Amino acid sequence: MRKVLMTLAAPVGALVLTLVISSLALWVFGSNPFAAYGDMVGHAAKLETQVDIWNRATPLYLSAIAASIGFRMNLFNIGVEGQYLIAALVAAQVGGLVSLPQVLHIAVVFLVAMAVGGAWAGLAGLLNVTRGVNVVISTIMLNFIAVSGFMAWWVQAWQADLREGETLSSTNLGTTPIQDSGVLPDITGWVEVFTGDIRENNPVSGMLIVALLVGIGYYVLLNRTTFGFDLRSSGMNPFAARAGGVPPKRMIIMAMILSGAIAGLIGLVEVFEISKFRPNQIQGLGFGGIAVALLGRNSPVGMAFAALLFAFLDISSGILQQTETASQEIVKIMQGIVLLAAVVAYEVARRFRERDEARETAEALAEGVAE
Amino acid sequence: MNAAMQRFNSLPTAVKWMVYALLGMLLLTIVQSIGGTDKLTSAPISREMLRWALPVLLAGLGGLFADRSGVVNIGLEGMMILGMWFGAWGALQFGPWIGMFIGIAGGGLGGLLHALATVTFGVDQIISGVAINILAPAGTRYLSQEVWGSPTQSPRIQGIGDWDVPFLAGGSLFGWESPDILLTIAAWEWWFVSDVADFSRGLMRGTSLLALIAVALVPFCAWLLWRTRFGLRLRIAGEQPQAGESQGVNIYAYKYAAVIISGALAGLGGVVISSPELSGQFLEGNSGGRGFIGLAAVIFGNWRPLGILLGALLYGYVFGLDLKDLDGSASHALLLLNAIALAGVSGWAFTRRRIADGVLAGTMAIGALVWWIVSESVPGWWSNILPYVVVLLVLVFFAQRLRVPAAIGQAYRRGES
Repeated sequence: MRKVLMTLAAPVGALVLTLVISSLALWVFGSNPFAAYGDMVGHAAKLETQVDIWNRATPLYLSAIAASIGFRMNLFNIGVEGQYLIAALVAAQVGGLVSLPQVLHIAVVFLVAMAVGGAWAGLAGLLNVTRGVNVVISTIMLNFIAVSGFMAWWVQAWQADLREGETLSSTNLGTTPIQDSGVLPDITGWVEVFTGDIRENNPVSGMLIVALLVGIGYYVLLNRTTFGFDLRSSGMNPFAARAGGVPPKRMIIMAMILSGAIAGLIGLVEVFEISKFRPNQIQGLGFGGIAVALLGRNSPVGMAFAALLFAFLDISSGILQQTETASQEIVKIMQGIVLLAAVVAYEVARRFRERDEARETAEALAEGVAE
Repeated sequence: MNAAMQRFNSLPTAVKWMVYALLGMLLLTIVQSIGGTDKLTSAPISREMLRWALPVLLAGLGGLFADRSGVVNIGLEGMMILGMWFGAWGALQFGPWIGMFIGIAGGGLGGLLHALATVTFGVDQIISGVAINILAPAGTRYLSQEVWGSPTQSPRIQGIGDWDVPFLAGGSLFGWESPDILLTIAAWEWWFVSDVADFSRGLMRGTSLLALIAVALVPFCAWLLWRTRFGLRLRIAGEQPQAGESQGVNIYAYKYAAVIISGALAGLGGVVISSPELSGQFLEGNSGGRGFIGLAAVIFGNWRPLGILLGALLYGYVFGLDLKDLDGSASHALLLLNAIALAGVSGWAFTRRRIADGVLAGTMAIGALVWWIVSESVPGWWSNILPYVVVLLVLVFFAQRLRVPAAIGQAYRRGES
């Protein structure tokens, strides 16, 4: 019982602390926190909002899994951001250029996205094992190269293409649209069986199924395969893993490629929604995913809840803007605070647990001596 | 030859660096002459270099303090954003000088949060840094909305002023207009001599007082870390905390001090970004990841202040050149410089019998040379990514020669070994 309470204490404590701090922030600037929370919850009770939340949670969850594959090995792949953007860009471009039967066309888009994401991350892994370059720094640099280098260049190229007659706007810029055969169908029809009508302009992304499969695959890979065991043991104690015959360099490269391949899927949610990649593609999902992975403690279920929480907060900013009960920026603050509070709470809980265990051992030993 | 090398090595560090700087200028002048451009050594470029190097330098010095005390500070970016916001807010409320200190305090606050999480609670240092990088932009966005009515920007702000160096760059001395010697020399148009004069003049004319403070912090930090008891103890916290503890050093206190100083320096970097030197207002996203570049500068500089300054200037040069180079001719000439630098690395690697490195760098050098010969200009994306490619290449060739603080990244708890 005590153990269950201890496990729950950390996340609940973090949530309470977040509510207290964000209420203070709202109250200081003259907003009514309870009205704001009421709006957020009321908004989330609506079906179409829930669809938005699932559609945002899907890429966040994929991003979290991508990050956590590295975290499990103590590899900080900060580069999920660049990996997913460049992967989505190239996959959308290739998907728009080719014309194939449906299943094959979709497969090509998926494969290109995963290959590009995997290669971009694998490069950082390669630099680490061959040249000793720190993964945090190299993935950050690769982020810059992907986003402010290649993406900015593509956007310029699109603008140059448009100059004859067309008006420039962020909506008509982008890659060649992918034909319908290359677009993963939405699953609105399946969901409507349970929920009733969903508005037509608000489809449930088919990537939700992909994200669930990736989540299950992540669990199986880590807990039921040799590779997963090697990965976790390399993370816990690289020296012991090496002594046990796990090749450390190969593990680093494999983990980075896998992480990047999953990262490649993140941007496909939006690519399939609008059939192309455009300059105002949602950014920040990579860093959001890192936060979700940390909040969910790298567990497939924990990250799912964390992704839903972050998605709920993201989507809530819209309603706050409408009702003006509070400044919509508060939701990002809540995300940051809940993350920091949670990691502190987990650490405190871990120390309490260690102390408990030490005391139990001491008591058991003392009893043994007494007998 | 060896005797000459030994005599050179026994010169004071400052003299050696001046020789290096002159050699670098000579290389730039040669490349410029071959490449048919006059931008590489011009005053506007050196001015841009200094401006864009400042935030990176300050973030880098911040990273230096944290790393030297054994705490990785990936939250520099967030602390810099706090400095940007609080610096702008302070400047609007109380004027630029007090604003600067408020900005420093804002960054320091971020440092305090990082210290609290990592030192007191033992949270993983990278995780806490990531959290601060999420929290800081969110918090400043919220504050901007509430204070200025716009989530992304503040009204224009005043700077603390600029300064022209007397005699060298024609600054005034007690109301008397001194001669502008470097301008005169630059006007002679002598090969190399006038180039050096023009380039130096860009650093000395219209220099922000913030730039002076930032550059003066380089020797100050070196002194503080290597010539004082405070610095010694701070470095012990990052090398052998248990040894320090056994000598009665309060490791927690030194780690706290280091991380707060780290945040304060990054905060000053943010003040520079918001000041008229760069933006003239708080503008969301204007930190542009320079906190991360600062982190890379620390590694580039091998955890030493002068090395960090060099890394920041290198970044500032490449970044600033791209901004001023509208016809792409200077970026094209820079390809030749890349080729020469890579050839140098290759030669250096071969003399050290590191064949793989030598072949790799040599191949890249030839590639850059061929590209320079066959092309008329470079594509826009190349200049965009060049600063980051340079960082990566430096790490690729020199990462193994770096000397990392021994206890970096480890959680320290009193009484545990």
